[in-house]
Amino acid sequence: MTDIVDYQRPRPGEQPPYLHPDYKSTVKRAPTQKLVRIEHTLSEVTGPSFADGWTGPDKADLTRQGKGEPIGSRMIVAGRVLDEQGRAVAGTLVELWQANAAGRYQHEMDQHDAPLDPNFTGAGHVVTNDQGEYQFVTLVPGAYPWRNTPNAWRAQHLHFSVFGPAFATRIITQMFFPGDPLLEYDPIFHSIADEAARDRLVSRYDPGLSVAEWALGYRFDIVLRGRAATPTGL
Amino acid sequence: MRLIPTASQTAGPFFRFGLDHPEWSDLTAGGRAQGERIRVEGRVLDGDRAPVPDALLEIWQANAAGRYAHPEDRQEKPLDPDFRGFGRCASDKDGRYRFVTVKPGSVPGRGNTLQAPHINFCIFARGLLKQVTTRMYFPGETLNKSDPVVSLVEDAERRNTLIGQAAGQDGATKLYRFDIVLQGAGETVFFDV
Repeated sequence: MTDIVDYQRPRPGEQPPYLHPDYKSTVKRAPTQKLVRIEHTLSEVTGPSFADGWTGPDKADLTRQGKGEPIGSRMIVAGRVLDEQGRAVAGTLVELWQANAAGRYQHEMDQHDAPLDPNFTGAGHVVTNDQGEYQFVTLVPGAYPWRNTPNAWRAQHLHFSVFGPAFATRIITQMFFPGDPLLEYDPIFHSIADEAARDRLVSRYDPGLSVAEWALGYRFDIVLRGRAATPTGL
Repeated sequence: MRLIPTASQTAGPFFRFGLDHPEWSDLTAGGRAQGERIRVEGRVLDGDRAPVPDALLEIWQANAAGRYAHPEDRQEKPLDPDFRGFGRCASDKDGRYRFVTVKPGSVPGRGNTLQAPHINFCIFARGLLKQVTTRMYFPGETLNKSDPVVSLVEDAERRNTLIGQAAGQDGATKLYRFDIVLQGAGETVFFDV
């Protein structure tokens, strides 16, 4: 007998559907059968731990991975990983990957006619501290074209991967930039029906985080599913 | 006060340089983990049965004794210092993946139920705005019939998509095949967790 406290379910529109035809790649990959809903068991409320450092030293500065300085606008991105109740999620792995300042990824399949930067890989990872905080130094990523529709451009974004305390809290998401005119046209961003939920993915420019004559500062908090108040059955 | 949870977005096609650590597909710490050594391999296929070459698979499982390496698993079963229970593998150009691990023991379900041995899978990819989640069970396990999660799937043919297929042995390692069909005929059962 085990008492399990379920993680809470998203409300309508807060998470994207699998099928979102405006994003063409969903059409052949979205499941068509109804998902089978399961009450959480030990399998869902447990998950991998990263607090002991097995992923190695943090790679928090993406601008110092090459022999020289990468080209682009230096930026600091920082925030907290929280649950729905606003509690810090400490000791969890946050992975970041992104295009370079010209809008090109360090990936053999990215054939966008923009230069690679020999001093910029675009990948980093950190483990959150006791307050759930993370911070990276990186470059503002460029926008880039994609073949979803003719002359389509992805809004500028960073990719984030976060685990949280459980298999049920695992998430991969994207961070966007305030005032980006491409957001209005981005079908991946607009796969989220709820406006407040979309707004959660848009970082805030933070003058207090910017460093004078060195780097812009953007703040981006990541909110994971929280848990119901009491164990089911109590 | 409730904060709106962060929405999922696709991993896209270009995650490999950020997320792929090929060594994470071996969960046995170079063979030191206790238990029956197994290899789980298969393909990720789309609605046209075409391979998905840009999928990222992650697995999470109990150790050979049936205990998760996590503080909320307070069972009086031994932990294995050489087994973390987490693996990650990016699919190749043919949609193939492969994990080397140990067969998990059974773990409790809700109430007084017992879950059959299983490996939890989640799959990210271009075209998946959020991960799909499934489980691989083992063929021929008596507990499969009474497993509280397998039993939620009414259709017997669909239930079978959750069972790995025995695929022989490689030395002392037992092989299991587990294809993941995202859509259409033979679509894998995915869970809303």
